[in-house]
Amino acid sequence: MIRLLKILEFALSSLARRKFKNFSIIVVYSFTIAVLASVLLLTHSLKKMAMDVLVDGPDIVVQRLLGGRHELIPTDYSGIIEKIPGVGRVQPRVWGYYYDSLNHTNYTMLGIGEERQRFVMVDGKAPADDDQCMIGQGVAGAQHAETGMDLLLIDGKGIGYSCEISGVFKAASDLWTNDLVLFTSDALRRFFAMPDGLATDITVEVFNAREVPQVAQKIKRLLPDTRPITIDEILHTYESIFNWRSGLMLTIFTSSLIAFSILAWDKATGISGEEKQEIGILKAIGWDTGDVLTLKLCEGMVISVTAFLVGVSMAYVHVFLLDAPLFVPVLKGWSVLFPRFHLVPYIDAYQIIVLGFLTILPYMASTVLPSWKAAITDPENAMRGV
Amino acid sequence: MILHPGILALLLGAFVSLVLIFFAALAGVKIIVHWDPSSSSAEQLLLERTTYLISTIVGLVLCFSLFSGLLFLYTTDDIHPLFIGAMCATGTLNAHPIGWNVLLIKGIIFFLASLWVIFNAIDQHCEDTPLVRKKYAALLILTPLLAMDLVLQFRFFSGLHPERITSCCGSLFATGSGTAAGELAGLPPATTMVVFYATAFIWLCTVLFCLGNRAGWLRLLLFLESLLLLPLSLISVISFISLYVYQMPSHHCPFDMIQKNYSFIGYPLYIGLFVGILFGLVPGIGRVLGKTTSLKREIEKRERKWLLSAFVFFSLFLVLSSWPILFGKFQLFPQ
Repeated sequence: MIRLLKILEFALSSLARRKFKNFSIIVVYSFTIAVLASVLLLTHSLKKMAMDVLVDGPDIVVQRLLGGRHELIPTDYSGIIEKIPGVGRVQPRVWGYYYDSLNHTNYTMLGIGEERQRFVMVDGKAPADDDQCMIGQGVAGAQHAETGMDLLLIDGKGIGYSCEISGVFKAASDLWTNDLVLFTSDALRRFFAMPDGLATDITVEVFNAREVPQVAQKIKRLLPDTRPITIDEILHTYESIFNWRSGLMLTIFTSSLIAFSILAWDKATGISGEEKQEIGILKAIGWDTGDVLTLKLCEGMVISVTAFLVGVSMAYVHVFLLDAPLFVPVLKGWSVLFPRFHLVPYIDAYQIIVLGFLTILPYMASTVLPSWKAAITDPENAMRGV
Repeated sequence: MILHPGILALLLGAFVSLVLIFFAALAGVKIIVHWDPSSSSAEQLLLERTTYLISTIVGLVLCFSLFSGLLFLYTTDDIHPLFIGAMCATGTLNAHPIGWNVLLIKGIIFFLASLWVIFNAIDQHCEDTPLVRKKYAALLILTPLLAMDLVLQFRFFSGLHPERITSCCGSLFATGSGTAAGELAGLPPATTMVVFYATAFIWLCTVLFCLGNRAGWLRLLLFLESLLLLPLSLISVISFISLYVYQMPSHHCPFDMIQKNYSFIGYPLYIGLFVGILFGLVPGIGRVLGKTTSLKREIEKRERKWLLSAFVFFSLFLVLSSWPILFGKFQLFPQ
């Protein structure tokens, strides 16, 4: 152990003697790691945020399909669904998207119902009548709006619509508060010019989580023109989408890793005359091939660990402090007009190990042969500079 | 194919390892054919130098295979929500017919690569390097295993389809399910407990005897006991240790304990078991291989460390698995 520490100490001083060469490798290596780490950290954080929001969602969402397309669902369907044994609260939901051309953002507009309990009021109160609405903290921040002010919108008939902000709410996730505007269901139906007796979809509560697939099957049998989507299906889909996106990005950036490995191979192969002389002297004073090889591997390990720490720190700053400006448009996947939200820092050991596998192993593999070649250099030739 | 970062890391790692070990095996063949310690030709000198390269490569591959086994377990556990019916790594492994084979091959690679590195270190300390040919012949077994590892992993991960309905631990390890795992879960806990603790006690005593006695037959006995204790410990995990860890009388899964809900206790538990058994095997193999004086001397120098490591690691497994039995609230047998 002491021997290894001594060799490590020598490796550090040896690296310090060739500052420029090693610094350039560390810079390129760190950037490669930072790119891969940014993809991992960003997708993980987005996945975590989406899961936090979805996990409290309704057990089943029932949509109506017409010609394979999503269509408004008759509210009468809720009566049929309610009669299925094991089903709790069934609620038609009115919601939709709205593009605010003044502020260039998209809002999600929701008719207030069961979701009310998820929001904590920061200021004011829930909308009491059809002329009032409440907005998320994120929307309030972005629009500089506060309780008592009016929100100016254009309704489904193209007529100007003004409603008073009755309150501002916050929720567990930024995703909830950054684009959400809540109205009473009647007000929203009027705003979207949606016919009476129709809703966007129906949410279904199932008392026993294990019965959710059976209830979904029964709904499909009773109402063949509907598509029941269970919470598990939504979670699976999000999990797959984020895994797929990060995997795809990682696969693309693996090419940069291969390019870097070739660079590392090249740098490790081209040892300078000074280095050769150093190895020659070490062998002349009693170091054997194994010691020199250990020294070279220690140097590689020091470079890897340094670049790894620098790369991960750079990725942390890029993703969590700067909100990943380079990758968000690709990985976030929804409208780029979506209001800004702050990513929650989330790193676990698994991401670090995966990243280590993807970056340190190829580097060590590409430097092992050049290190060995350097280590077996004949001391006499090395000292003579042959 | 699921494009999951963990899967990409595993496949990339397996590919890099295979390339490295293939290169080492080619050099190994040259050494097997041309090795002549009495010669001082340039070719022999180059072969001797090549042995350093091969040692480094196999060391690197072993290091990877250690992490790879753990990463494989964690990844299969991490992707289980994608499969309908899966609740842990068992569900993912069941989602493809070769899932369990990948795990088995990772276990075999762990033992073989570790033994190779241990005996290579000894051989390199002997001036006459008596194990050279045996070592490189063993490398020719390790290479196809690593190739199989890559191929099986690729087939496993590329054959996983998220919509597939799989059976998880609840049904696989259910008593009376008709499967081999179900049969193991159905073993009477009291009898299994007695057999396991008796064998573990005998094994620990043998380790202690080996520490105080240099007899070769004791090492061989320890080797045989280790071969018996590994499957017995795994059976015990399924039969009764899992029941106490989960505090449920009918949950026999050996993988749920690697989840966060159980404080990742499965990782130190399995590391303790596998490393303990590995060091239990080494002194016996050392006795069989240690025919020359130099080899005997080097083995004897290290034997104490191996035996102590075996004792400490297996004790870790025993403590972690016995703690919930002794101090947990759950009681399987009525007082």
